Amino acid sequence: MASVKADAGTISYREAVAEGIAREMRRDPAVVCLGEDIGAAGGVFKTTAGLFAEFGPQRIWDTPISEQAIVGAAMGAAMTGIRPVAEIMFSDFLACCWDYLANEIPKVRYMTGGQVTVPLVIRTANGGGLGFGAQHSQAVENWALTIPGLKIAAPSTPADVIGLMASAIRSDDPVVFFEHKGLFASKGLLPPEGHLVELGKAAVVREGTDVTLVALAYTVPIALAAAERLAAKGISTEVVDLRCLIPMDMTTVLASVAKTSRLVTVEENPHQAGWGATVVSVVVDEGFQLLDAPVRRVASANVPLPFADALEDEVMPTVDKVVAAAESVANF
Amino acid sequence: MSSAPAIEAARLLDLYEQMAVIRRTEKAVYDLFLAGLVKGTTHLASGQEAIAVGASAALRPDDYVFATYRGHHHAMARGASPQACLAELMQKATGLCKAKGGSMHLTYAAGNMLGSYAIVGAHLPMAVGTAWSARLRGTEQVSVAFFGDGATNIGAFHEALNLAAVWKLPVIFVCENNLYMEYTPIGAVTAADHPAADRAPAYRLPAQVVDGNDVVAVHDAMAAAALRAREGEGPTVIEAETYRHYGHSRTDPATYRPAEEVERWLKHDPLDVARARLEALGVTPDAIGKVDDRASAQVAEAVAEAKAAPPADIAEAFTDVWADGGSAWRT
Ligand SMILES: Cc1ncc(C[n+]2csc(CCOP(=O)(O)OP(=O)(O)O)c2C)c(N)n1
Ligand SMILES: [Mg+2]
Repeated sequence: MASVKADAGTISYREAVAEGIAREMRRDPAVVCLGEDIGAAGGVFKTTAGLFAEFGPQRIWDTPISEQAIVGAAMGAAMTGIRPVAEIMFSDFLACCWDYLANEIPKVRYMTGGQVTVPLVIRTANGGGLGFGAQHSQAVENWALTIPGLKIAAPSTPADVIGLMASAIRSDDPVVFFEHKGLFASKGLLPPEGHLVELGKAAVVREGTDVTLVALAYTVPIALAAAERLAAKGISTEVVDLRCLIPMDMTTVLASVAKTSRLVTVEENPHQAGWGATVVSVVVDEGFQLLDAPVRRVASANVPLPFADALEDEVMPTVDKVVAAAESVANF
Repeated sequence: MSSAPAIEAARLLDLYEQMAVIRRTEKAVYDLFLAGLVKGTTHLASGQEAIAVGASAALRPDDYVFATYRGHHHAMARGASPQACLAELMQKATGLCKAKGGSMHLTYAAGNMLGSYAIVGAHLPMAVGTAWSARLRGTEQVSVAFFGDGATNIGAFHEALNLAAVWKLPVIFVCENNLYMEYTPIGAVTAADHPAADRAPAYRLPAQVVDGNDVVAVHDAMAAAALRAREGEGPTVIEAETYRHYGHSRTDPATYRPAEEVERWLKHDPLDVARARLEALGVTPDAIGKVDDRASAQVAEAVAEAKAAPPADIAEAFTDVWADGGSAWRT
């Protein structure tokens, strides 16, 4: 069984990945998984633990180290009645099969005039904070955001992992599913069977009136911790967990800014061309009159991710940086 | 390899007609390009018709086919009409892909021709994927990837062959070796005499080099490979030697090719080879001439229809991104 070894009612983010996949595999025999070391080994992050035992080698396929073949084969299978869930071990390695994410998967439906549809999920372990160094740590969700034709999910809690995984696998569109390495050990509520989180629906995870923090995945707990500290300083903070980059839930963001009149994005991807730039551009375009202060973006610095803990902290978003940015707009 | 039953005269005449239609359609594309009615770029397959037609003749209608940007012949061999192809190239609403694909992306999913791909080598793993899917669904369908000699030097070729081999999938890799990449002879940049066939043994795959200008030879090799694939014996590599009659793309005059080489290959035209086979089977030149005339009339009509078709619908720019038919990226 791929199921949960967690205490009653709770589950880790890591276990939620396997649980989310298992629930869909039980429901739909067309769902199959492929990737490096995902079978008997259970994945290098143990995010597929138990799946091989429950579903066997006909549905859980170990592949060679061939990122192009993994994603390309998933694409072919998706054209023809299968719902593949492909794992790319570290999101940095997406670069090795980027042609499929940039040119093949997102374009095929459009350039064939709707003749070919590819319902597939590409799951990948994203992000820094664990000292893995420059080639195993980058938060690359903004890479995918540059490409029309990909849906993008990046859950922050175990329940959202399960709910978004269900929606991603059931989606007839290709979904890039970013699982955050820094969140794997975190725990949360185990959602009931059938739990679904619709793609493109942000969550207001803390309500407030003075400033809006828009966060994603690993930066959601950072934003929530910052909100606690800001509360102690008398600043009421609303935190929006964007959950997905595409579809981008600007309705929820604009509604929050209408309430608070102040916006800070909290992004782990580099500042240059990070997703916050898109959020901010829509807000200033359509909600300029709502704003009482400049918007700020807290994002990773425009450098490769360094190895040492202290250096990593220096370049990544931290609670201190978010508090400072939120204070600066609240006191503007 | 097991041998396929010999092709009879009537069947061969039908294959000849398919090739004749493709040849005339490609000529029409060339002329329409010069007349400014086809824009962008085109990569004509004149000279390579026998590969598409011979291969398709050996496949089931539900088998999967993937092609490159030089893929007009494959779309038509799988049933796309010349007028739908021409309309696509002429940016018409009636085009095969609603004028959103163009010459390099002709796709005819109704014939399980699942696309023409313009990133060299990218579709080989896709064909592995459809073969994997056929295995998972237990359908005994075969997948075929057609690709150029140049594609044998890109990583996706090697990843695809290895994965197909270790999973023993029903996929056939067909290299259309026309001796050139864009302008560089393949031999000048490849550490193998036969760029596809010589690589196959490294992946424990059987390979066959065939005369790609002989529709019967291509058919027979494909029939054997398809049988092998359907029986669960795994992939085959076929290297079909051929030559393109035009330059690489658009109006490339192909001056980099030696005159005597061009002449030698023009004398080995796939239509002439098929005609000789037909005559040897007792089909009269008169009967062949009738087929030629019919092909000419069909393509002339297709050109007229495509010309008369309405232009691309502007609204289509915002359809078909997502499976719901739309393109919304935000709320
Ligand atoms: C990955 C990639 N690199 C380069 C190109 C540019 N390009 C287009 S066609 C071509 C030559 C391909 O030669 P071959 O595979 O022999 O096919 P042929 O055109 O001869 O049919 C090149 C280099 C491309 N489309 N994709
Ligand atoms: Mg070539």
